[in-house]
Amino acid sequence: MSDSPNPQSGSPDKEPASEAQAAQNALGNTERAEVATEPDRPATKPEPGSKPSLGRLFLDNLWAANTFTVTLLSLVLAIVVGAVLMIISDPDVLSTYSYITSRPSDAINSSWTLVSEAYANLFKGSIFDPEAFSGWLDGANGWQAVLAPISETLTYAAPLVFTGLSVALAFRGGLFNIGAQGQATIGVIMAALAGFLLPLPPGLHLLVAVLAGALGGAIWGFIPGILKARAGAHEVINTIMLNYVATYFLTWLIVQNGVQDPTRTDAISKAVDTSAQLPRLLGDNLRVHAGILLAVLATWAVAWLLNRSTLGFELRAVGANPDAARTAGISVTRTYILIMVFAGILAGLGGSNMVLGSTASALTPLVVAQIGFDGILVALLGRVKPWGVLLAALLFGALQAGGNRMQSYSGISLELVTVLQALIVIFIAAPALVKAIFQLRAARAARLQTSLAKGW
Amino acid sequence: MSTMAVPDIAVAPVDEGFWTRSRKVGLTLLGLGLLSAVLFGALATDQQARFTLSDDAAGAALEINGTIGAILFGIIAIAAGAALLAGVPKRWFLPVLAVGLVGFVLSFLCWQISAAPTGQNFMPLVNIIRGTFILALPLIFGALAGVLCERSGVVNVAIEGQLLMGAFSGALFGSISGSVWVGLVAAAIGGAFISLLLAVFAIRYLVDQVVMGIVLNLLAVGVTGFLYERLMQTDAARYNSAPRFSNWEIPLLKDIPVLGPALFRGNIFLYLGLLLVLVIHIALFRTRWGLRTRSVGEHPIAADTLGVKVLRVRYRNVLLAGVVAGIGGASYTLALYSFTKNMIGGKGFIALAALIFGRWNPTGALLAALFFGFADQLATYLGAISSSIPSQFLAMLPYLATILAVAGLVGRVRAPAADGKPYIKG
Repeated sequence: MSDSPNPQSGSPDKEPASEAQAAQNALGNTERAEVATEPDRPATKPEPGSKPSLGRLFLDNLWAANTFTVTLLSLVLAIVVGAVLMIISDPDVLSTYSYITSRPSDAINSSWTLVSEAYANLFKGSIFDPEAFSGWLDGANGWQAVLAPISETLTYAAPLVFTGLSVALAFRGGLFNIGAQGQATIGVIMAALAGFLLPLPPGLHLLVAVLAGALGGAIWGFIPGILKARAGAHEVINTIMLNYVATYFLTWLIVQNGVQDPTRTDAISKAVDTSAQLPRLLGDNLRVHAGILLAVLATWAVAWLLNRSTLGFELRAVGANPDAARTAGISVTRTYILIMVFAGILAGLGGSNMVLGSTASALTPLVVAQIGFDGILVALLGRVKPWGVLLAALLFGALQAGGNRMQSYSGISLELVTVLQALIVIFIAAPALVKAIFQLRAARAARLQTSLAKGW
Repeated sequence: MSTMAVPDIAVAPVDEGFWTRSRKVGLTLLGLGLLSAVLFGALATDQQARFTLSDDAAGAALEINGTIGAILFGIIAIAAGAALLAGVPKRWFLPVLAVGLVGFVLSFLCWQISAAPTGQNFMPLVNIIRGTFILALPLIFGALAGVLCERSGVVNVAIEGQLLMGAFSGALFGSISGSVWVGLVAAAIGGAFISLLLAVFAIRYLVDQVVMGIVLNLLAVGVTGFLYERLMQTDAARYNSAPRFSNWEIPLLKDIPVLGPALFRGNIFLYLGLLLVLVIHIALFRTRWGLRTRSVGEHPIAADTLGVKVLRVRYRNVLLAGVVAGIGGASYTLALYSFTKNMIGGKGFIALAALIFGRWNPTGALLAALFFGFADQLATYLGAISSSIPSQFLAMLPYLATILAVAGLVGRVRAPAADGKPYIKG
């Protein structure tokens, strides 16, 4: 591809430094200087012993440049646009706007009722439902009903943490992993096969099934990794293509003998044995399962890997500037492959979550849902930092869980959640726009975004 | 970043030794030929494999004995592979490769057709060609949208979203107005709307273009899905019953055997798509606009120095791409089906694959789209004759072919040099 200036060399290890990267170095230096001269900047965690790389600086700056405000305002903007969509798509409410000049109260009231009810249900379905709480105080329902929204949120968040980490990890290494979807698909296949084909004792069975999912993801991550490292093939293209290959493989596999549920004619596999299912944390009535604990553990592991390990250092160095890293004696080839394998493992674990948890217990063509693509949004929303990804996944999980209630109680399609998620990330990706809308103090974050853009 | 330095591409003459790319491809082709001659030859039956020149089993046909055909075409593939291995002049590489691949496909078809259940040992060519073009149509529009965008240096991963938005607004406004033409214009505007977002965020706000494309796809899925459930599902008669373009027969051309009934009795989108390929190809390589577009995509600083308004060219091309993709989306809702949720279903990404496989070239994209359309149509056909080949594996073909292409096995694929890099006037 175009990003390999000397394609005949085969391996990027041998490429000469290019002007573009030299320019990037220069950019990194000027920014480092700016950071030093800016006194009112909140203290960025100084890392003893490691020089701040460009990627590091980029992320620190993003955090420092009032990230919290931008994120919050992006949420507000997305919610406002969502409200507009609700109003213009409701014929009853829209009809009140035809006489808005004579009786504006009608239009305002009906719009407010529609929107506030929908968003109230979004909140009740994801975080806290006052009715369930008062019901519990009166003895009308058990404590489970109070925790149900949180349980749903955590259930939806768990796989997103994994796929979000997968994308974020690759991002930090300078690779754009759009293939989390495909890696999760192969992960789901392997986990499910291990879940219903292997006769193993409880405990061991679960462990094997989870690891099988990770292995599946690792294989699917290895392919674009080695193609990138050896042939210079762009990982964005290859991961997109592999997503579809994985999906078709899944739809083929489900209807094969030995995999398909013998009692069914539609495309569904046998169910995963109970010995291979992740245990539920709060009793059988609530769906939250041990996957969320694994997700927190994975977040910690990725944070450690990125910030404390040799591999993490190499990964960030390669992500910041492959040529400088190569000059420093880091094998870029090896690092690219490892990045994609680790990203694949994480996405594969996310896939295992889908079939070993409480979301589904058998393979269907849609078992993976959208976790891979949502993972990209989660990673961006989490500013490609492990703990940020965890928070972003919780937000997205909450939107999913609340969206279900919004759909059944207010009749607002679940698709609105997709719109909200996309809008949040669009606004976050363009902080300059948010700042312009809300007349915030000028920030340099928008300029920093360019360091992500690498093209094909 | 104040300057956009483009890496110098110093292509040193490298001595590849005996195993040049041409020889490696030749060896692969030789292997494929051997496989087809031996394996397909053994699996084929003695039934006649008929390629009928009509829509069904009737009429004139090209026939060949299944076993003989499979072996014969396999040998052609072997011969082509051997020729490449022996070394042919460079300009003969592609034709010889094409002959070899066609031989392989025909050998495969001889096996499949002869092994089909009795009475189904025929392949209706008119049907296959028409199906190929219909299935390739959204890919052609999508890939052209990609060409327009990426030749000016903006990565377009949002093709899927542009197609979807075009299909949706075409259906919605076509239904409300009851006019196909209003629907067509609305579809173009719908596609351009997604493009506008891509352009503003990528060019003005310098958001990573791949990120923006992915997010825009999700946004398009969300918005159209939401409005579909709220409007079209509740009142389909009013919002989702767009009128359709009828088929136009082109005089004289429609009487050409096989190609006439297959191609020249189609709808406006087919003609428009083929015409656009021609127009964009000529415009890109023969006009001032094309030169400016390419220069902005390859070396924006140089273009700027010479007085080309880089950002204006990019805005214009991205919007144009949205118009083209929007019309491509309308080729679904204003000619074939009514709108359903997420109806593009990944075609935008195959269009992206066609763009890359076709090396960012309109004609190449057309050929790639036709190849992918043929694979798609073949999957349907093989399903109909209850073939032993799972249709899912044929459906994987476009994606696998693209992976092979970018891995350098089918030739070097190079994107415009400044593709995906935002330009900041320094």
